Amino acid sequence: MDSRFTRGKSAILERSLTRPKTEVSLSAFSLLFSEIVQYCQNRVYSVSELQNKLSELGQQVGARILDVLVMREKNGKRETKVINILLFIKVTVWKALFGKEADKLEQANDDDKTYYIIEKEPLINTYISVPKENSTLNCASFTAGIVEAILTYSGFPAKVTAHWHKGTTLMIKFDESVIARDKALDGR
Amino acid sequence: MSRQAGRGTESKKMSSELFTLTYGALVTQLCKDYENDEDVNKQLDKMGYNIGVRLIEDFLARSNVGRCHDFRETADVIAKVAFKMYLGITPSITNWSPAGDEFSLILENNPLVDFVELPDNHSSLIYSNLLCGVLRGALEMVQMAVDVKFVQDTLKGDGVTEIRMKFVKRIEDNLPAGEE
Repeated sequence: MDSRFTRGKSAILERSLTRPKTEVSLSAFSLLFSEIVQYCQNRVYSVSELQNKLSELGQQVGARILDVLVMREKNGKRETKVINILLFIKVTVWKALFGKEADKLEQANDDDKTYYIIEKEPLINTYISVPKENSTLNCASFTAGIVEAILTYSGFPAKVTAHWHKGTTLMIKFDESVIARDKALDGR
Repeated sequence: MSRQAGRGTESKKMSSELFTLTYGALVTQLCKDYENDEDVNKQLDKMGYNIGVRLIEDFLARSNVGRCHDFRETADVIAKVAFKMYLGITPSITNWSPAGDEFSLILENNPLVDFVELPDNHSSLIYSNLLCGVLRGALEMVQMAVDVKFVQDTLKGDGVTEIRMKFVKRIEDNLPAGEE
């Protein structure tokens, strides 16, 4: 355990979480992300493995941004209802990461466990063109990973995957127990 | 053509937090995939190099900067134009060698290390080594071989972050055989 923590080396804990908004260029991010995708691609054999790998990296980001945003934007208050955590992602998380709200949030007609976050042109895919032979690849799997981690670490275990549909659709499938709990809360 | 017309020279901006955390996710992954810090440093440098080789084109297209006449001018362009454009910071230039072939970039706020603490078991990890690769790759594409390394890092408890750049040589254009 002790190796996880540094002893007084950095003043990071003394810094305020509310900071002046800083920006970097999208080119810098895109070139970095491209290297990440290539690195992952060299270590897998299929498109689905590549998407899983990107999702794992996204989960690292999601787990970290969650705590920052809950403290900074919500005064430490956590969401308890499915609809509220989804709105938190659509609005607060998206604004912090991508500078705008997500285009749409929808629920599947035939399944109360499934929701969709739809983004016509995800920032992450701005400069990515997918080769014909890998047409199912959607690098927004990285974003799916971010969302999955935020939901899971907020106590709403779910699987999130990225698909080419109306631009890019992130499909959120909640764990059975999450929906059951939400219904029980409604009943009270 | 329509694509060029729609593309302003001003590059689009985005949240630096997503950038920082994404870079962190990459370094974390490399630390899992490689057995020691030296190999991670090498891999970061290599990825940075690949980025630099591509970034220079984007830079020349957007910045309208012409050919630099000496290494001092190159240093100025790197610090005041390139760093500003891509990372939103302007490092200061100091510690010129008497021969004028070596200088230091001092980074007050390195966006790559926001939120970052180095665990004790990664004491030889050069967390931001990607930047060295980027500088080396980009300059190589404009016929300049340079040596770039971190000499101080706030992550390791130093007061500032300092990147040392040394001019090695001009790379002469080698035309392919039969093209002369």
